[in-house]
Amino acid sequence: MLKVSDLECVRGERSLFKDINFSLEAGELMQVNGPNGSGKTSLLRILCGLAIPAHGEICWCGNTIRSLDEEYHNVITYLGHLNGAKDNLTAIENLRISSALAGNEIEESKAHEALRHMGLGGCEVLPVKVLSQGQRRRVTLARLLVCSTVLWILDEPLVALDGAAVKLVQSLLEQHLEQGGMVVMTTHQDINITAVVTKRLQLA
Amino acid sequence: MFLWVIQRDLLLAMRQRADVLTTLFFFIIVVSLFPLGVGPEINMLRAMAPGVMWVAALLASMLSLERMFSSDYLDGTLEQMLLSPQPLSLVVLGKVLAHWLVTGVPLVLIAPVLGIQFNLPMDALLVLTASLLLGTPVLSLIGAIGAALTLGLRGGGVLVSLLVLPLYIPVLIFGAGAVEASSVGLGASTHLSLLGAFLLASLVFAPWATAAALRISME
Amino acid sequence: MAINWFKYSSPASFYSLAGKMIPIFSITTIALFVMGLYTGFFVAPTDFQQSEAYRIIFIHVPAAWMSMFLYLVMASWAAIGLAFNTRLSSMIATAIAPTGAMFTFLALWTGALWGKPMWGTWWVWDARLTSELILLFLYIGFMALQAAIDDPRRADKAGAVIALVGVVNIPIIYFSVKWWNTLHQGATVSLTQSPKMATTMLTGMFIMALACWMYSIVVVLMRTRTIILERERHTTWVSELQGTA
Repeated sequence: MLKVSDLECVRGERSLFKDINFSLEAGELMQVNGPNGSGKTSLLRILCGLAIPAHGEICWCGNTIRSLDEEYHNVITYLGHLNGAKDNLTAIENLRISSALAGNEIEESKAHEALRHMGLGGCEVLPVKVLSQGQRRRVTLARLLVCSTVLWILDEPLVALDGAAVKLVQSLLEQHLEQGGMVVMTTHQDINITAVVTKRLQLA
Repeated sequence: MFLWVIQRDLLLAMRQRADVLTTLFFFIIVVSLFPLGVGPEINMLRAMAPGVMWVAALLASMLSLERMFSSDYLDGTLEQMLLSPQPLSLVVLGKVLAHWLVTGVPLVLIAPVLGIQFNLPMDALLVLTASLLLGTPVLSLIGAIGAALTLGLRGGGVLVSLLVLPLYIPVLIFGAGAVEASSVGLGASTHLSLLGAFLLASLVFAPWATAAALRISME
Repeated sequence: MAINWFKYSSPASFYSLAGKMIPIFSITTIALFVMGLYTGFFVAPTDFQQSEAYRIIFIHVPAAWMSMFLYLVMASWAAIGLAFNTRLSSMIATAIAPTGAMFTFLALWTGALWGKPMWGTWWVWDARLTSELILLFLYIGFMALQAAIDDPRRADKAGAVIALVGVVNIPIIYFSVKWWNTLHQGATVSLTQSPKMATTMLTGMFIMALACWMYSIVVVLMRTRTIILERERHTTWVSELQGTA
């Protein structure tokens, strides 16, 4: 499904990584590891098409993601290290708007349910700026509950989360993989996700 | 989706009303400063009024340009918009429309009142309002290109004025010219239809250029 | 043929090619300037209307031509760089901007010097003068934008977008300024009053235009070489170059 060949990323004058090759099939998990500054975020941004690699190609079902363009956006969900939530909007507004922008309009009741599942019951109508870092992260992660995309590209999804929330994310990811989804993620925390195939990519 | 973008930006503007009012009051203050600077002679003020109003509108719309994308850039929502399955230029068009509704429309509405301060006759007031109605969306559309190019740069606010103001000149000329032409009895229809043409051209071209600029700036 | 061109689109080979071309073009530039200035100052007859002051057109007109022409060339290179992702084209565009701005400024300045004895004023809001002034703003905007961006790739692309937006707008701006000018007839002075120019005047002007052209090529090549060195300073061929130098 996802095939990456000969990828190279150059930031400024130095080459962050090169000759990255891997492929990912349904139900597989890819964990990207590496120290700070090794290009994990750059790799994920390239994978979702936000950044253009210096060299190499990314193909989805045999077509390059550049030729697919907006079609490719239909199959991916990317959560970056920024939360992508507006401070002045409430949790529920944020969830509904970001889902709608991703081409997936949801009912208010469904959004409520997702936020409650993420342990945000009672905070739904508070503006995000009064929430804690961990709670904001939960609002962002709630998108995974309502989206119907196949490939999830997650940049440090566990940052600022407490133990209970980490477990929640873990079961969410496992469920997604069981249903034939794919996950590419970076994390510095220990998390054990059972998947049919777990691949690891080490960046220097 | 398009409607969601507009709704979102209007909602955000409602929650931060101060920003909207700042632009409006900037416009009012700049326009009111001119008589203090050049003296209260009625005929001169009347002759100057179209130019003064239009330059003030240019500056006011520019003042708010930086906000169009920068807060979305900082909190990561812009990134999500780039990943939307809809064409990015459509998202951009939605944002520009919201920007115009929030910053342009109030100027259009207040302009006739300020025009009275300058003793503009009734028909000139009408033409002024019509020219602003056609011209201010063009300002938002062209300005969006500059705002997208300067995204996240140091000194972006000053830079955007350097990039965008020269491109505003045709709108300024025909906007102020419309009022002037009508007050000397030439009729403003040519000017207004040219402003309309600018609006159509920039509606087609600007969102596309802005989308390209955003992709470049976000890379 | 195509392969041949692409060979020189690599910065390294362009660097050495430009190095060989610079002396040739420099000599041509100097020769043409000497010829042009000699024709302008000593051969061309005194204008019966404008006397000696008219001689500034030998620099003013070529500068005005170059200012507009260079903007188009700059935008074309920038567009090629944006479309085909060729770094060298973008570097050339960046190298052209200061020269273009210099010619624009020169055209404005010499225009003012000419205007004072001719019309008795340094500046009139004539359509051409105003458009030239706006062109200077466009050049400055392009350079300021590129200077503000640290990442050279983003700078190239962003510059290309603003240059192209400028190109689309230049005809509209020129047309609007002209319209605006006719509406305000009172302040204008006709610039096209001069009678048929003597052939020697025309020749002098063309030689000067050619000289300015050659000068632009030399300066742009030199500046492109500097930009190449700056951007490629971490590559092996540059360090080899330093080793041999």
